[in-house]
Amino acid sequence: MNRSQHILGSGLVFAVGISVAWISYTQQPSEAFLFPRLIASVFAVLAGWTFGKAVMGFSKVGSGVSRTMFLNMVPGLAVMLAYVFWAAKALGFYTATAIGFFILLSLYDPAPHSEGKSWVRRALITAVFVAVMYGLFAKLLSVYTPREILF
Amino acid sequence: MEFIFYFGDVFSPLSFLLLLGGTIGGLILGATPGLSPTMAVALLIPFTFHLEAVQGLILLGAAYTSTVAGGAVSAILLKIPGAPANIATTLDGHKMAKQGQGAKALQLSFLASAAGGIFGVLLLIFLTPLLAEWALAFGPSHLFWLAILGVTVIGSLDSASVVKGLLSGCIGLWLATIGFDDIMGAQRFIFHPSLGGGINIIAALIGLFAIPQVLTMFAKGRRTSGAEVIEVQKHSVLDATRELLRRPRALGIGTITGSIIGLIPGVGGQIAGLVAYDQTKKFSSEKEKFGQGHSEGVIAAEAANNAMVGPSLVPLLTLSIPGSPTAAVLLGGLLIHGIFPGSDLFDNHPDVAWTFINSMLVGQVLMCLFGLYVAGLAARVAQVPQSVMAAIVLALSVFGAYSVQSSMGDVYVMACLGIGMYFLERFGFSAAPLVLGLILGPIAEANFIQGGMIADATVGKSAYFLTGGLNIFLIAVVVASIAYSAWMELRSRRYTTKEEAQA
Repeated sequence: MNRSQHILGSGLVFAVGISVAWISYTQQPSEAFLFPRLIASVFAVLAGWTFGKAVMGFSKVGSGVSRTMFLNMVPGLAVMLAYVFWAAKALGFYTATAIGFFILLSLYDPAPHSEGKSWVRRALITAVFVAVMYGLFAKLLSVYTPREILF
Repeated sequence: MEFIFYFGDVFSPLSFLLLLGGTIGGLILGATPGLSPTMAVALLIPFTFHLEAVQGLILLGAAYTSTVAGGAVSAILLKIPGAPANIATTLDGHKMAKQGQGAKALQLSFLASAAGGIFGVLLLIFLTPLLAEWALAFGPSHLFWLAILGVTVIGSLDSASVVKGLLSGCIGLWLATIGFDDIMGAQRFIFHPSLGGGINIIAALIGLFAIPQVLTMFAKGRRTSGAEVIEVQKHSVLDATRELLRRPRALGIGTITGSIIGLIPGVGGQIAGLVAYDQTKKFSSEKEKFGQGHSEGVIAAEAANNAMVGPSLVPLLTLSIPGSPTAAVLLGGLLIHGIFPGSDLFDNHPDVAWTFINSMLVGQVLMCLFGLYVAGLAARVAQVPQSVMAAIVLALSVFGAYSVQSSMGDVYVMACLGIGMYFLERFGFSAAPLVLGLILGPIAEANFIQGGMIADATVGKSAYFLTGGLNIFLIAVVVASIAYSAWMELRSRRYTTKEEAQA
């Protein structure tokens, strides 16, 4: 992995460590932050050590994210974020799951996109999966999920 | 021998059905590469909310046991270990399958798993009450150090980098402090309304173990599993049993190695299988056959990785210190039912404790019986494209996290922690110590505050927390585990550098 990725990753962790330590030492009532102060001190020191090693180029553990991996992941991650942070609530869990599941299959299924059979298979898998989830969560476990459109 | 009185409870219709379902489901999940036992158990937790505590634990325990054994199916038939614990099984198991002895390898793996697993659970049965009684003598300072010990041991032993392992533990301990402080009622680190009630452990467990797997599958892009299932011919189970009995050394070394390693928090099944394989090879008169499809390799590896399951629960059930990430998830399963491990568990909920432990004993037998029948189906499931697995795991994670408290906040927390953990893992951080920190954080803080109050009224904080035989022993173990791991890391780095230089 290149050095800049190590610096970026450990730098972010260090920034969080420093923020946690700063909040722990400045917020009131101080008694409520006694344990966080203890943790934050160790957290900040270890994060500083890791960041320092990354800056000096001594970080060896961790293979980072290659360009190919990142490009492969981005569409799926985007669907995941839209599904979790918007669609699940706005469209309802089952509708959002059906749409998200089908898009993910279409994006990552190795079957050729040019064949009609592949699309039928994807649609069938999606329908069966959503039906199983509905039976499991709505009927068996009686979990009431947001249901905005359809079901 | 109290456990005998609760044997009947395992066979109540619902409990037995859950045990059976957990075992068969676990075998199939275990065979699926990318679905680790920890993730499988984490995804099952939401299904236990509507069950009695004991029934929920039976389901989780059965899944834990059988996912470890089920991983052998894909290791043998596909050369892809279902879980890290099955890496050693691949070495000889797949060679046996290629030589037309797939059925024999599977039979040996399930028989050895059952033998090792039963020994491990018996160890759990006999060691747990003794340790639980000993745990009664623990005061707040000892419990504080025990919680720190749990985080540091896993942080240092379970990570490639000691500093990053310990840092992961610190992140977990910090995450545990988010929410309202129990004593003063003060808000701590509440950056978003979803964090008002603190971080829900179950949602966090699902996120930390399942979402990184989903993203890992996405990162591989559009591709098939690329593995062909080797067809298995029929083989007599009786012959496999005879073969197992003809190899007592491999079975013995595997079982004992797995049991000892299981008792050490943080070491895990992967190490158990590999160490047992290596030791059996050292003591074998047929060393040259190892790696060529030798039955002893399969027996030792599978006996070891299942023998560690029972002992890995000893520190959890007696001292509330999970010995492995999966044990940490099981602790989450106990806590959601308001049950705390330790002497409280055995004094106030003996029915829960013993029925759960007994179910693991019965589960080993069921796993052996059903393993062979489910193996074919499990191997087919292992071929399901990763795109389908990723989408299924993502949807199960969202529904599972939501169903904990019917809160979208938990789903957001689950997703954020999961995405963050994926990138942290790519930079060498580890989920296990982070989870341990998150689970043990409240225990550490409660005992730190309580101990502080006692100390202020008596001998002072330094004397209370840093003196006394047990405190010094626990601190010494914390320091020793960190020092040992740091030494091992430096040694392996020097070794690698020398090798690189020679190359």
